[in-house]
Amino acid sequence: MFTRDKWEEIIESLSANWVRTILTALGVVWGIFILVILLAAGTGLENGIKKGFGGLATNTMFMWAQNTSKPYKGMPKGRFYNFKIEDVAALKTEIEGLKYVSPRNQLGGFGGNNNVVRGLKTGAFNVYGDYPEIIRQQPMDITSGRFLNYNDIDQKRKVAVIGQTVKTTLFDKDEKALGDYIKINGVNFQVIGTFAKKGNGGQNAEEAQKEIYVPFSAFSQAFNRANNVDWMVITADNKNSITDLKTQVFDIIKQRHTIDPSDDRAVGNFDLYKEFKKIQGLFLALNIIAFGVGILVLLSGVIGISNIMLIVVKERTKEIGIRRALGATPWTIRSQILLESVFLTIISGMVGIVFATGVLMLANFMLDNMASADIMFANPTVNIGVIAIALLILVVSGILAGLIPAQNAIKVKPVDALRTE
Amino acid sequence: MIEIKNLHKSYRTGTNALHVLKGIDFSVKEGELVAIMGSSGSGKSTLLNILGMLDEADEGSYTLDDVPIKNLNEKIAAKYRNKFLGFIFQSFNLINYKTALDNVALPLYYQGIGKKERTERAYAYLEKVGLAQWATHLPNELSGGQKQRVAIARALASEPKVLLADEPTGALDTKTSYEVMNLIQEINDEGKTILIVTHEEDIAQMTKRIVHLKDGVIIDDKPVKQVRALAHV
Repeated sequence: MFTRDKWEEIIESLSANWVRTILTALGVVWGIFILVILLAAGTGLENGIKKGFGGLATNTMFMWAQNTSKPYKGMPKGRFYNFKIEDVAALKTEIEGLKYVSPRNQLGGFGGNNNVVRGLKTGAFNVYGDYPEIIRQQPMDITSGRFLNYNDIDQKRKVAVIGQTVKTTLFDKDEKALGDYIKINGVNFQVIGTFAKKGNGGQNAEEAQKEIYVPFSAFSQAFNRANNVDWMVITADNKNSITDLKTQVFDIIKQRHTIDPSDDRAVGNFDLYKEFKKIQGLFLALNIIAFGVGILVLLSGVIGISNIMLIVVKERTKEIGIRRALGATPWTIRSQILLESVFLTIISGMVGIVFATGVLMLANFMLDNMASADIMFANPTVNIGVIAIALLILVVSGILAGLIPAQNAIKVKPVDALRTE
Repeated sequence: MIEIKNLHKSYRTGTNALHVLKGIDFSVKEGELVAIMGSSGSGKSTLLNILGMLDEADEGSYTLDDVPIKNLNEKIAAKYRNKFLGFIFQSFNLINYKTALDNVALPLYYQGIGKKERTERAYAYLEKVGLAQWATHLPNELSGGQKQRVAIARALASEPKVLLADEPTGALDTKTSYEVMNLIQEINDEGKTILIVTHEEDIAQMTKRIVHLKDGVIIDDKPVKQVRALAHV
């Protein structure tokens, strides 16, 4: 069925009318081009938004204490309480499926006063008291030195990991930061590392460089926080979603702080996973739409092929008659028409894919050169599986496109076919 | 070689049935050169189509080279056509996007013969009809007489038992007609059985036997003294 002679016959008859063959192929080229571009655009948007999360652990929620809204066990409503460091251990032991529970304390904040001094230089920065796990939840690139570790926590070392902007503000251009000291609210900390960070979750990239991380224990001691915790970053493991686990977390917190179990406002939280899920749902919908539109455009291309094949068969009725007079069996004729159709579909499909890939390469090249983190669009690609599916669709639709014309081709009796002028 | 008995054929056009062949009895021996003559509507083309297995008879028997031709499906018919018959048409019926050589090779392609042998054999037949130097030309670069000679080469290529020619000179001028008839006579001289449908008396005189058809029956069947075409070229 796939002899060289057959292919020669197919190529010969397709190339007998170049203009028509190319015009026909154009429909499918266009269809598959649109399909690939749409899917790639969907992926690009998805990558862009995910990049916006900056590698944040997305199965995460942020939790902070708020005023209670209900009286409970003799306590009034509107009471303020603090998370305690002991809460962290309780959460870790009592709830299965939590990966990281990071308590955090914070000094300063957006637009705050100058709180960090080095010699004559001063700056206003966010200072966080953190556990080493925070780097797994909010990734950053350590550009020199190291991040916090458990020795720092255990020994309450007064050490600091500073952001890029902190370094450029407090140090001269060629001054070495590592090993030097900065004064945070009057307390000296030794710089042990510097980091660079991408903006994430709506936080802008510049603000992200103005952060200083110090050990949680040293922070509490230096700034008199006792065992209080400002807020927590909680990440669930891969088998659980934080959205499912968070009520358990709240229940334990409420129980430990004597809060009415039905008081929904006492624990403030932001569920990153829920937001992330919403966006993922959006992408799924986008991909379905992209696929649907792409397939429909492709379909119109395939119908075009079927149409042209019908005309081709009509025009070649006489030729088919001659071939049959010379000994071509109906199957020979049918398979030739079918193969022509499939061949045309696949070739034009591949041209479309190559064309689309070229456009995507160009788009990637341009996006890379713009190097802007603000564009919600990155690395538009389609995976090879999608291409395989598209090719399968092409083969099937090529056969479908050829089926009716092929049947038409052998329906005419040879004697009638020969009589056609 | 060819043996037909009591052949009937009618065409249905709407409600009317047109009885075209009304019982033909006819036989051809090997090596004969027969002209089938008749005015238009006499049924001569229908007879040729049935002989060529391009059309089926309603009634009667047809034996070709001792093989009964009946109840053919398209696949077997195609096989028999390829094996037993070579066709020569009035309008040549060459495939216009194939070169002369490829046109001649086409029946061999359907016999499943490999490309090399196919090309060699096709070339040999082109040489035989004197068109070897035209092998790579497309049909529209050839004159009418040349086209018909390519068609004859094609008909011969599959080495059939019988050549069936439907008005082979109908689209040619007299001089070219005689050249083509000369070629046909030469092929017949080599022993090939040939049937020619024609309504031209001079062409018929160049065969060895003339069968007259009128209104679907044979009214006359007699041998003639063959006029050699070469004398008129």
